[in-house]
Amino acid sequence: MMNDSLFSLVCAGEIFELKAELNSDKKEKKKEAVKKVIASMTVGKDVSALFPDVVNCMQTDNLELKKLVYLYLMNYAKSQPDMAIMAVNTFVKDCEDPNPLIRALAVRTMGCIRVDKITEYLCEPLRKCLKDEDPYVRKTAAVCVAKLHDINAQLVEDQGFLDTLKDLISDSNPMVVANAVAALSEIAESHPNSNLLDLNPQTINKLLTALNECTEWGQIFILDCLANYTPRDDRESQSICERVTPRLSHANSAVVLSAVKVLMKFMEMLPKDLDYYGTLLKKLAPPLVTLLSAEPELQYVALRNINLIVQRRPEILKHEMKVFFVKYNDPIYVKLEKLDIMIRLASQANIAQVLAELKEYATEVDVDFVRKAVRAIGRCAIKVEQSAERCVSTLLDLIQTKVNYVVQEAIVVIKDIFRKYPNKYESVIATLCENLDSLDEPEARAAMIWIVGEYAERIDNADELLESFLEGFHDESTQVQLQLLTAIVKLFLKKPTETQELVQQVLSLATQDSDNPDLRDRGYIYWRLLSTDPVAAKEVVLAEKPLISEETDLIEPTLLEELICHIGTLASVYHKPPSAFVEGSRGVQHKRLPGSAGSGESVESPDTGSAAGVSEAPPAVIPSQGDLLGDLLNLDLTPPTTTGPPPPSSGMQMGAMDLLGGGLDSLVGYLHSTMGAGFGAPPAAMPASFTAPVSGGLDDLFDLGGGVGMPMGAYSPPKTVWLPAMKAKGLEISGTFARRAGVIQMEMTLTNKAMSVMTDFAIQFNRNSFGLAPAGPLQVLTPLSPNQSIEVTLPLNTVGPVMKMEPLNNLQVAVKNNIDVFYFSCQYPISMLFVEDGKMERQVFLATWKDIPNDNESQFQIKDCHLNSDAASNKLQGSNIFTIAKRTVEGQDMLYQSMKLTNGIWVLAELRVQAGNPNYTISLKCRAPEVSQCVFQSYEAVLKN
Amino acid sequence: MAQISKIFNLHVLICRNYKGDVDMAEIDHFMPLLMQHEEEGLICPVMSHGSVHFMWIKHSNLYLVATTNKNSNASLVYSFLYKLVEVFTEYFKELEEESIQDNFVVVYELLDELMDFGFPQTTDSKILQEYITQEGAKLEVAKTKVPTTVTNAVSWRSEGIKYKKNEVFIDVIESINVLVNANGSVMSSDIVGSIKLKTMLSGMPELRLGLNDRVLFALTGRDKGKTVVMEDVKFHQCVRLSRFESDRTISFIPPDGESELMSYRINTHVKPLIWIESVIEKFSHSRVEIMVKAKGQFKKQSVANNVEVRVPVPSDADSPKFKTSTGNAKYVPEKNLVVWTIKSFPGGKEFLMRAHFGLPSVENDEMEGKPPITVKFEIPYFTVSGIQVRYMKIIEKSGYQALPWVRYITQSGDYQLRTNV
Repeated sequence: MMNDSLFSLVCAGEIFELKAELNSDKKEKKKEAVKKVIASMTVGKDVSALFPDVVNCMQTDNLELKKLVYLYLMNYAKSQPDMAIMAVNTFVKDCEDPNPLIRALAVRTMGCIRVDKITEYLCEPLRKCLKDEDPYVRKTAAVCVAKLHDINAQLVEDQGFLDTLKDLISDSNPMVVANAVAALSEIAESHPNSNLLDLNPQTINKLLTALNECTEWGQIFILDCLANYTPRDDRESQSICERVTPRLSHANSAVVLSAVKVLMKFMEMLPKDLDYYGTLLKKLAPPLVTLLSAEPELQYVALRNINLIVQRRPEILKHEMKVFFVKYNDPIYVKLEKLDIMIRLASQANIAQVLAELKEYATEVDVDFVRKAVRAIGRCAIKVEQSAERCVSTLLDLIQTKVNYVVQEAIVVIKDIFRKYPNKYESVIATLCENLDSLDEPEARAAMIWIVGEYAERIDNADELLESFLEGFHDESTQVQLQLLTAIVKLFLKKPTETQELVQQVLSLATQDSDNPDLRDRGYIYWRLLSTDPVAAKEVVLAEKPLISEETDLIEPTLLEELICHIGTLASVYHKPPSAFVEGSRGVQHKRLPGSAGSGESVESPDTGSAAGVSEAPPAVIPSQGDLLGDLLNLDLTPPTTTGPPPPSSGMQMGAMDLLGGGLDSLVGYLHSTMGAGFGAPPAAMPASFTAPVSGGLDDLFDLGGGVGMPMGAYSPPKTVWLPAMKAKGLEISGTFARRAGVIQMEMTLTNKAMSVMTDFAIQFNRNSFGLAPAGPLQVLTPLSPNQSIEVTLPLNTVGPVMKMEPLNNLQVAVKNNIDVFYFSCQYPISMLFVEDGKMERQVFLATWKDIPNDNESQFQIKDCHLNSDAASNKLQGSNIFTIAKRTVEGQDMLYQSMKLTNGIWVLAELRVQAGNPNYTISLKCRAPEVSQCVFQSYEAVLKN
Repeated sequence: MAQISKIFNLHVLICRNYKGDVDMAEIDHFMPLLMQHEEEGLICPVMSHGSVHFMWIKHSNLYLVATTNKNSNASLVYSFLYKLVEVFTEYFKELEEESIQDNFVVVYELLDELMDFGFPQTTDSKILQEYITQEGAKLEVAKTKVPTTVTNAVSWRSEGIKYKKNEVFIDVIESINVLVNANGSVMSSDIVGSIKLKTMLSGMPELRLGLNDRVLFALTGRDKGKTVVMEDVKFHQCVRLSRFESDRTISFIPPDGESELMSYRINTHVKPLIWIESVIEKFSHSRVEIMVKAKGQFKKQSVANNVEVRVPVPSDADSPKFKTSTGNAKYVPEKNLVVWTIKSFPGGKEFLMRAHFGLPSVENDEMEGKPPITVKFEIPYFTVSGIQVRYMKIIEKSGYQALPWVRYITQSGDYQLRTNV
């Protein structure tokens, strides 16, 4: 049923004919026949029926024929495992052939035949070949160990092949060394803790010697392997760097990038005042620049990596701005990357040139490129204060072009400039207002509305302008609606007499006529604020905004460190850690840069390294736009002000890191709070402010508001107490997790049960199984007075550091306020990690289900569930568990379902529902079977709620 | 890296699964994915579908695609794909659909030898040709042995090469890259040099190349004559990099036949050798008038050959009229260009070209880019940087005398002058 052949079948007549030819006595005819078979195979025809006949041709002294038969075997052995055994004898014989080419061919092919039964027979020949006198055979055998390990790891370990492979690192032939290193690295990758590559100064020395002699590819394997080593001290680090730098002159770009990786990593250990450190920095620039003359794809990889390098060590390329100027014939992906790097390198010294270039680009035709160029001008203004004025006038020039998307892009960035330099450039507002009508993109409209609202007192006709937007309120995107609501409230607070009607209009539009819960919530809050305490409203809505900071789009420091360790690889191209895109990367190891050499001691401990990195004051970041889930009271939607977590005392930061990074177990006992008991607890009460008496006709509205808060769609467990007040000096935290509109949120109620006011809240997560991390700071804008509660929604992302937890969905959290730092742990329902595009195609599902070994399947019972299969399917869909197919066999419904976790792991499920039987059976299959238990719990929770 | 496939349109020509961790059917997602990216104008050399990542390059009308589900070394993958193109081109002259189909047996053999389990192996086509031949049928088994070269430290040259007359031809080629702003200021300029060898030497000769390298002169305390500062030098596999790093000696055993020994980049401010001033006036709905002045800014004794000045014109221009003080102007409508060709352009001279085009009264409302003016030329017997081959020492144990021949040429590289229209 799952075996729909993808290949067109060769018609029976043709097969018959080939069969006859294959069995012919004439050598030439035989060979021609095998060629025809391979040709059919190449175009995707199924010629597996000829298996025995082709295998019969294997015993030949004709090398070309032999190669073809081997090729055929590699393709079809897996589908015909029993017959593949027939080939074993010939393989074993060929492994002893006097011609090394044939010995190597046999051992290479055997490794490619991924049939379990054959592997046993492979061991003896492989053992001989690993000790063969001919280096060509040895280098092929070395790779074969990695192949065999991929099929049957246990066997390789039992047979002692790993030790033989390690011995080959000392082989006299450089190519053998290189392949042995490659094979060991590959094996080590799947066994992070095996300590296979126990690199010590002796082996390092051998590798460095082989580096000078082996092929370009071998050099890459060796350099990539060296990058995993942590030198003992700065002297060793320097001596390795000295021996690696000559590779920067290699013609192959990949060799250069791998060498750059080693140098960037080991440089961390060199004291900055060392002369050699400066020399090394100088040596790195020219080869990086030369990479830009390579083929466009290699340029792209180089640029993505340079982007990381300039963030880590801006001094390397600070004088090389010109090489990043865009050429007319650069492919678009190269252009966009160059632009990014130009902004990063922009400084007072070169800003004039950069601006001239950016202005040139802004008149190009490629829309994406032009937009990015305009945005870049704004970023320059924010980054280089001295240039702000020039940037603004450049932007005004561009607005005069009246090219629609240029104008819109310019307005978006000018808004940011206002935020950075308040009371400086507001004179341009008039020009901006002229272009109001041409704005058709939500982001630009929202930006313009923000400007009008923020500077309402300086714009005579602000009320008219905002009113004009109000007409089509319901056609606007949420972003614009929210902004409009806020802007009109601001206007009202500034000019209350003339705008009462307007504000009532917008409040009723937002609260009564809208389906959007965010909009309604915000509407209610404003309404209540305005009706209860206008003075407070003024304080909240017109509060002074913190300045946005200069550096933009920086990669978070720990991630950057990890990416630097992956220079040249896909991770460095995606700017994502490998764990984010490599499926089932079990026990992923996060690479880190070695600690800096200053202190000298305890360099081995990876934690000190990261702590040092973090303490370098995390730079503030403007997150990408569209983050609608910022706190309701954060009035300026884009870009939300995130100056990192509110400035914590660095002592606390360090302390927290240490505790969380190191011996967690001691904490867990102390923290282990209330997860089990919590499930039954009633949902947390409405926050105190909400239950206060409401004036006028707002009571009924409030009731409505109560309903809005209910979870819609995805299942979210009720709030439970995570941190009891007695353990946290009066701070009580209860909370839950939810997934709303594709965003994972942590929803918390903070209650102050102490006698004094609490302020300065901040939150941090420990490393966890899925890299959950706060997407922004904890937004508690007002101090929390005694006996007051506040509801906080914290959007989360999954790009944080990863560490496997027990149980898998355990999350350890540190919350800080002005009193102390508190720790607790909680468990999140894994269903909130199920992403929206988790529906597999049917075909893929079938293939994947078959492909995942049966060992990975787990079965569970869900008791006492009274839904029928369709209702269950609907309910599950709300939590992104998608039903792909349904079959009914003898009154039993079988639902085939799929879901995908944020880290790309797929889980496949078969849910069996028998009419009238309240007990479901569920089978889960996943390449990472550890998640099954949690997935099952989520099923149970979703179905029963 | 799991597999390399070559695809033509929707149809996979040939593929090789090296690791068995990516389903061969995954490649079916490639073309739709590429088309989707193209439509969105976000073409990118890396694309992913589910857990599979595609890294691809395009060669004429073939796509060479590598697939992986690991965190592979991306730069290695692209280097390897370009190496594949190089090897196949050396084997089949052209790499195209037909040459793959006609030679699929050799292609499979090569794919087998070039990479094993995702690790690139022997990729030197000269060495490969010694044991993987297109006339495999004619070879007896006994003859087909692995050349020891494959695994030798000197993996690029076979033993036992013989020539009657021992000679080396050295070509020093410098390409000028220039980017000039519309207002005539030079935004960036550099020289990319390349030293190419054609080696016809017997045995295993040791070669040493001497250049007027400033760093070397400084090291040896010599300071006579003109020297050159090379910003970044890249060498062929054969050059002993650690030797160069320590005492700037370029010593090597050369590959046989043609090869690129080294390349270098010089970041000095070069005066653009051919300077272009242009006035392009566009009168909407009626005409475009172009005036281009070209000036040779190099020594009077030198001559630039085959100079081509390519001036962009609007795509809807018609009825071209030209006037030139020398050379020939031609309208190339399919590229929206006027190409002004001057066979021989002596240094210090100045030439003029005028062109006139009509424009339709109904305007093309599609936005057009602002392509720059580009220039092509070559100037023999001359290098801009002043780099010189001071000596080439050739030592072979049989003690033969060999002659080095040196040629110099300067040519245009990426030579762009932005216009104001």
